[in-house]
Amino acid sequence: MKVLSLNFLTCAVKACKSTSNSYPLHPKDAELVEDDLELNSELLLNIMPRIDWPALSTTATELGFPSLPAQPPTKEELEADAKMLQDLHHLLMETQMMEGKLVCGNCGHEYAVREGIANFLLPAHLV
Amino acid sequence: MEYLIRFSQSHETFRLPEIQALAIVVGVDMQILHYDLESPFCVVQLPSEDAAKALVQRSILAQSIHEHWGTGDTLDEVHAEVKRKTSQWWPKYKETSFKFSLDAFNGSRSNKQRLALINSFGYLPFDGEIKMVNPEEDFTIFEQWEFQAVPRKLPNPMKVHFGRFIAQSSRDIIQTFDLKKRGYISTTSMDSELALITANIALAAPGKIFYDPFAGTGSFPVACAQWGALGFGSDIDGRSVRGDGEHKSMKGNFEQYGLKSLLGDCFVCDLTNSPVRKARILDGIICDPPYGVREGLKVLGARDPVNQPWVVEKSRVMWNLPEYVPPKKPYSFVAMLDDILQFATDTLVDNGRLSFWMPTANDENQEIGVPQHPCMEIVVVCTQVFNKWSRRLITYRRLPDSEVDQQAVLDWQSREQTSEGITADELNPFRRHYFNGFRTQEAVGSAIDTAPK
Repeated sequence: MKVLSLNFLTCAVKACKSTSNSYPLHPKDAELVEDDLELNSELLLNIMPRIDWPALSTTATELGFPSLPAQPPTKEELEADAKMLQDLHHLLMETQMMEGKLVCGNCGHEYAVREGIANFLLPAHLV
Repeated sequence: MEYLIRFSQSHETFRLPEIQALAIVVGVDMQILHYDLESPFCVVQLPSEDAAKALVQRSILAQSIHEHWGTGDTLDEVHAEVKRKTSQWWPKYKETSFKFSLDAFNGSRSNKQRLALINSFGYLPFDGEIKMVNPEEDFTIFEQWEFQAVPRKLPNPMKVHFGRFIAQSSRDIIQTFDLKKRGYISTTSMDSELALITANIALAAPGKIFYDPFAGTGSFPVACAQWGALGFGSDIDGRSVRGDGEHKSMKGNFEQYGLKSLLGDCFVCDLTNSPVRKARILDGIICDPPYGVREGLKVLGARDPVNQPWVVEKSRVMWNLPEYVPPKKPYSFVAMLDDILQFATDTLVDNGRLSFWMPTANDENQEIGVPQHPCMEIVVVCTQVFNKWSRRLITYRRLPDSEVDQQAVLDWQSREQTSEGITADELNPFRRHYFNGFRTQEAVGSAIDTAPK
């Protein structure tokens, strides 16, 4: 499970969707691995406006990365700064959570991540 | 400039939508001058030769594109047009090596006739070397014969075209992606040709994010990745997402095609309780939702919580155990299609496309209408016909909010939900008709009455 995906996903419980506490999900006992992937700058530039920056900052800190700047870089800044692009690529695309739990800050439900695949199926009492 | 597209004569209703979508992807202004479902030849207007190359480069249903030199009902008419319209181009090919070929659709020509046809173009002042392998220019005579022209011994084709070859399409990669050669597939994997066409029609392209909520073994995310998009996939069945170890998994399929860097992620979830954030983050959604025939149409939830309260109680106690499998219940097919439309409304960017497959009976009385949503405009409906049923590929465009009729949205939200019933047959009219052999209800009833007891 990529850090990018963590930015796109939240708690599956319907009642949690409307609260701000449910997003982002909090990694717990996370085992990380680093993939070696080709830098796709076109993709990164395209998806930057869709990234929730405060949520990404939270996730990055919780996973033990150095804290991100308060403001997201603009498209021009990213285009001009190869290192920042590479750092973002490393965080969003190359960092994978292989094992652990994702915890909802609102309802406390824990979603298991096994072999890099998160399971968002809800038990019958939460549907 | 006029160009001649040589299509494959298959999946006819998908051909124009695909090429029109590709014109959008590469940003080329294309006008269709002549097109016919019965013919593999299509004449279009394009701004340049480079545009023509770019247009067919990733087409699956086109085979090639040619500079259009002439068309006629007879060979003489073609010669007249070639002489009238193209003489200013002739000097360009005076010294180049070249060859002539014949493409007789639905017909056949003996070698003698073929040579005579080619020699009839002898007035073209081409003095270059004739090279049958790798010539600089390739001129093709296209003949379109009537159906079964060979057994009917027809003397002449009904139409003749002549053109200069410009570029080949991506039709060959159907073989590369062939399911028979793929490491990990299941019973309902979408065939490679249709998956690649679907991704084309949905405008998959580099820099974009695509998602399939019914991914299974990942045929669609792989097809999107082939066109450069980042492919995400999820499925309610964790077994299909995880696969069977290293290579026998969705990830293994991406690796097989060298597309590892374009695998977004795969995860396990149910569309009706989706973890995807309600935000406009996706460029495209393509899927083949389960029809309840080969693959069960199920969502999360206890089937009968009133009479079987222990199912819910058990989940309260056991949900955190690794071996716990959440219960699933049959779901209404029509409601599922509505859920997909609402999900697409919530998550697609402006003008982002949703393409999904849905089956319907061919009989008018049993037909299932095309689902509608006020925020999603139908772009095109393509149909693949089987004997008594068909499946349609329906493509929608997410309207920008400024173009959405807000009253229609309110009406849609307060519409009556007609999904009564508990069993799969009650919830899914297509499934019921399918297993009744698409007979009427009376015919099924009388067949049951007369059956030996």
